[in-house]
Amino acid sequence: MIQAAPISKGLNVEAIRKEFPILERLVKGKPLIYLDNAATSQKPQSVIDALTEYYSGYNANIHRGIHTLAEEATAAFERSRDTARDFIGANVREEIIFTRGTTEGINLVAYTWGRQNIHAGDEIIISGLEHHSNIVPWQILCEEKKAVLKVIPINDKGELVLEKFDELLSSKTKLVAVAHVSNALGTINPVKYIIDAAHNVGAKVLIDGAQSSVHLDIDVQDLDCDFFAFSSHKVYGPTGVGVLYGKKSILELMPPFQGGGEMIKEVTFEKTIYNELPYKYEAGTPNIGDTVAFKAALDFVNRIGKENIKRHEDELLEYATSELLQIPDLKIIGTSAEKASVISFVIDRIHPQDLGILLDNNGIAVRTGHHCAQPLMDTFCIPGTVRASFAVYNTIHEIDELVAGLRKAIKMLA
Amino acid sequence: MSENKSIQEIEADIIDEFSLFDSWDEKYEYIIDMGKKLPELDEKYKLDENKVKGCQSTVWLVAEMENGKIIFKADSDAVIVKGLISMLIRVLSNHTPDEIIEAKLEFIQKIGMTSHLAQTRSNGLLSMVKQMKNFALAYKLKQSLINN
Ligand SMILES: Cc1ncc(COP(=O)(O)O)c(C=O)c1O
Repeated sequence: MIQAAPISKGLNVEAIRKEFPILERLVKGKPLIYLDNAATSQKPQSVIDALTEYYSGYNANIHRGIHTLAEEATAAFERSRDTARDFIGANVREEIIFTRGTTEGINLVAYTWGRQNIHAGDEIIISGLEHHSNIVPWQILCEEKKAVLKVIPINDKGELVLEKFDELLSSKTKLVAVAHVSNALGTINPVKYIIDAAHNVGAKVLIDGAQSSVHLDIDVQDLDCDFFAFSSHKVYGPTGVGVLYGKKSILELMPPFQGGGEMIKEVTFEKTIYNELPYKYEAGTPNIGDTVAFKAALDFVNRIGKENIKRHEDELLEYATSELLQIPDLKIIGTSAEKASVISFVIDRIHPQDLGILLDNNGIAVRTGHHCAQPLMDTFCIPGTVRASFAVYNTIHEIDELVAGLRKAIKMLA
Repeated sequence: MSENKSIQEIEADIIDEFSLFDSWDEKYEYIIDMGKKLPELDEKYKLDENKVKGCQSTVWLVAEMENGKIIFKADSDAVIVKGLISMLIRVLSNHTPDEIIEAKLEFIQKIGMTSHLAQTRSNGLLSMVKQMKNFALAYKLKQSLINN
């Protein structure tokens, strides 16, 4: 096993990098430079070990067996819930529902709370920078219920126009669903303001935390949001796991999402009594192995410290921004005052896809395209961008390589 | 002239040309160069109905029949994709529908493009091939209807 990186003042990034075996691989004969962290982050050895230890040591179905393995697996699964609760500052463990990811969390709210509480003429407010996952479920719901979807516009820096949000709010507003951090632009939205304003008109608030959970310290009680959804795989954890937080008082009143095993207390053909929280929303055998390993990912983040991570990522963002701006004809899309370590850009007369292909040819992984936010791209009248997004293991040297790779690509394409 | 070369012969030419390159950079420079040299498609063809689906970049493809042979014209807003289409046009254009339908297009793999382009992008490439073959099938059907 690899030694855990010692953390004192500042980050020992070289030691952290050693915890991520994938960072040693070559791509196209060159050392991998992974700058697609907003899509998914790489996994530390401790997460990989937790997965293999689970499958080689105590794999069993949970919450039912009385044998040793079942007890160990159940205990590990529930430890992940406690760690997740701490990670976002939830009050009680019943408020932590395991899902497949952010998308499923949002859909769960749309299909349960939404179906129960949204009626004809009601309004749901989202923003102009949402990921498709936080648009489509609400469109489906609005269509079904003859409700109205309203959109907070964004300005040319990629910030929400709060005056317009204030105007959209009314007693008809039943839900506000916004991203904490934009995956395409990096904008950190003023969610505290949004939550307070929405509550003032009696609306509930769902925060899409897919991008924020890895960069920012999250305290759902302080935010006072009603729902918060995020994905393990963007927080150094395995794919196929996510968390939906919901206030207990709200979760208790919601109808179940899916029916099946685990979510029931008693079943007769006449009637089923649902299980208590959070199991009521966790029908079927869950993704036990990945959920168990998810704890190792949260432990990793806690060990390094969100604050240290943020400081490091802010440094990378600042450096990358100033270096990229020295490239002629390069324009950064998303220049909000508050930004997470995501940087989206376009270069005049060059298609993002061409840049992406040529960067990949140099071992540099970036994302190109619309980033599942087509309405946002339409606002900026662009088909897409190149996006570099940084994680705790990225370095200044890698940004230099990105800039060099871009300069080389531009020369080839000119 | 490529006019009287078979599809297989043109594919062999391309494979030969690529065998001269030592690095991926050189291959890409060549593809980019081909992309730049492909004549721009007339604006009147740049319609939604001529777009090839499944590509991250926009690709327009049109086909016309001339003396029993299909002539392809295409364009894209991304130059590497344009270079790839340019190769497909060089191989497939000016052949009969039957020849196009039968074409195995092994050169794509032999010059390393399928393995090299990531799944999403090579899907775009495959969509283009599929679209070209669909045109050939459609023309073949039309011919057989006329002949009967
Ligand atoms: C802001 C945002 N919301 C939602 C999602 C969807 O997350 P997942 O695919 O893990 O469900 C993403 C992932 O890209 C995202 O960035």
